[in-house]
Amino acid sequence: MEVQFNDVSMTYDGSSRTVLNDMSFTIEDHSLVSILGPSGCGKSTTLMLISGLLFPSGGKITFNDRDVTRLDAVSRKVGMVFQNYALYPHLSVIDNIAFPLKMAKVSKKERMETAREFADLVQISDHLNKKPNQLSGGQQQRVAIARALAKKPSILLMDEPLSNLDAKLRTVMREEIRRIQQQTGVTTVFVTHDQAEALSISDKVMVLDQGVIQQSSTPMDLYENPQNLFVAKFLGSPSINTFSLDQIADALPERLVAQLKKKDVETIGIRPESLTQTEPGAGLFTGEVTHIEIVGKERTVKVKTADGTEVIIADIPVVFDVGDQVSFGSKPASLFYFDSEGIRMVISDAE
Amino acid sequence: MKYLTGKTATYILLAIGAVTMIIPFYWMIATSLKTAGQAVAMPPAWIPDPFQFGNYLEAFEVTPFGQYLFNSVIVTGLSTFGEAITAILAAFAFARLNFYGKDVIFAVLLATMMVPGELFIIPNFVTLANLEWINTYMALIVPWLASVFSVFIVKQQFQSVSDDYYYAAKVDGCSDFMFLWRILVPMSMSAIITMVVLKAVGSWNAFLWPLLVTNDTSMRTLPVGLQAFTTEAGTRFELLMAASTFVIIPMVIFYLIFQKYIIRGITNTGTKG
Ligand SMILES: Nc1ncnc2c1ncn2[C@@H]1O[C@H](COP(=O)(O)OP(=O)(O)OP(=O)(O)O)[C@@H](O)[C@H]1O
Ligand SMILES: [Mg+2]
Repeated sequence: MEVQFNDVSMTYDGSSRTVLNDMSFTIEDHSLVSILGPSGCGKSTTLMLISGLLFPSGGKITFNDRDVTRLDAVSRKVGMVFQNYALYPHLSVIDNIAFPLKMAKVSKKERMETAREFADLVQISDHLNKKPNQLSGGQQQRVAIARALAKKPSILLMDEPLSNLDAKLRTVMREEIRRIQQQTGVTTVFVTHDQAEALSISDKVMVLDQGVIQQSSTPMDLYENPQNLFVAKFLGSPSINTFSLDQIADALPERLVAQLKKKDVETIGIRPESLTQTEPGAGLFTGEVTHIEIVGKERTVKVKTADGTEVIIADIPVVFDVGDQVSFGSKPASLFYFDSEGIRMVISDAE
Repeated sequence: MKYLTGKTATYILLAIGAVTMIIPFYWMIATSLKTAGQAVAMPPAWIPDPFQFGNYLEAFEVTPFGQYLFNSVIVTGLSTFGEAITAILAAFAFARLNFYGKDVIFAVLLATMMVPGELFIIPNFVTLANLEWINTYMALIVPWLASVFSVFIVKQQFQSVSDDYYYAAKVDGCSDFMFLWRILVPMSMSAIITMVVLKAVGSWNAFLWPLLVTNDTSMRTLPVGLQAFTTEAGTRFELLMAASTFVIIPMVIFYLIFQKYIIRGITNTGTKG
């Protein structure tokens, strides 16, 4: 199902703050889209608006070009998985999965068959007669996904479904979600505040901040072509280093600096992994090594420059010690330029 | 060693407590099996001799006990059922629906719990008299179909259920009404059973109100009926105790069946029973 938001706004009853502001986007049929953003940015609200559990204060929502703005969740036929799974504790696993079908008045035989089929899909068939509290977190979540899918939903909505699991299970389950999504082809919207989760399983990631879509793109593109400072900072771990133009202007070619000034560039961003060590004094900056961390293959180095800016460098051969003075530089092509409003500026002939 | 002495002391205390609780019950049952003479004998006899099981039959014969029992079952059954329904519906409204003045109304209801119940007896009696309900089941049942305490217990429980269940049920195709009966009530069973048991015991044992609003034997309930054993000629203790034993047995059984839920319910809602 293709889902479209046209200038959708949301203000909760009894509150004057606009949580979502003229939001427009399209979720393509059969795709898995993540909504990523910091806490309170409006992710859950967006999901609730897609589901029909909440209605927008303005704008239009369509499913395959059909206007559903005023239709409730049942008419929209959405499936939903909640952060705490919300399995009905008094019903067995199979009855939980079959519950939406029972509500839809599907015959007992048929709904048991369908429930079994989806229990198979999520690999929970060994526990059909258990009650939810006899299952582990991961198993409960499988049941929740099966219940959401059993009614063959137009769209599957998941609100931070992995956040109650421990780190290892989280990686397993996100692969599972991807597998199930690809196997069923159901259009899926996945809400998370964890970038690794969003980037690893989505076809497209929608980055949200303060109720405004900052950028909506493929995981690769978000990382390589952030459209503004927020996205550049939010994605990538460790996160991007930023300098003011004045701080490193001396190290840049004069022609470039002139161009940057003309375009009102204020901030320059460099990803920790695109910095390389240079001859002393030759790079973009020089500073004192304050911290070296080596965890397995990952190495992270912190350098403090003379003016007190802390820079993080990742993935480099460590040939120095804490306390040494070192210089780092980068190819001009891997610098990101942002103007005073934080908008990304592309400098066409930057050497 | 120290541990053992501590344990012994605990057990002795518990044993004393248990015996203190049990003696009145034992005494009631023992007396119910004594002869009329032995029941008032001095010094008191601990063990009936002979066992006079006939007292139970006699208790049934000298009073319309069957009628009392029937009345008690009807009154307790209907008022408990009715109160459970009103409590569940009101609790749902207060816990989940939004309406104008909700908090104020609930505060006023809670405030009525602070007023001693005896104060309501006269106005309620006058109202019923005006309705000409004295000496009817209506008088015994209708005033007891709703209780703020029951609403409170159930509401607390409903509120502890996360919103996500409501949304999940909505997405799965439940109306508010279906969500209440198919999800919320089964999820809140222990609180509801606690409420039902407390209510049923209270209703079964009620004395003052049934005494006031009935004056005909055909309308009396068991606790009121027990009076019949006290006449101008004196009290037939052995019959009174036989009847009393009979009155409390259903409640004991009821309690034993549901005790697991009751304890859970009381700890869950954080209210004392
Ligand atoms: N029922 C409500 N009434 C009023 N304001 C609300 C309500 N629900 C959410 N909000 C506000 O709307 C904003 C967005 O909330 P939302 O729950 O969508 O955030 P979120 O991105 O899901 O955050 P989180 O990652 O913490 O779950 C928040 O500022 C929140 O305070
Ligand atoms: Mg949220």
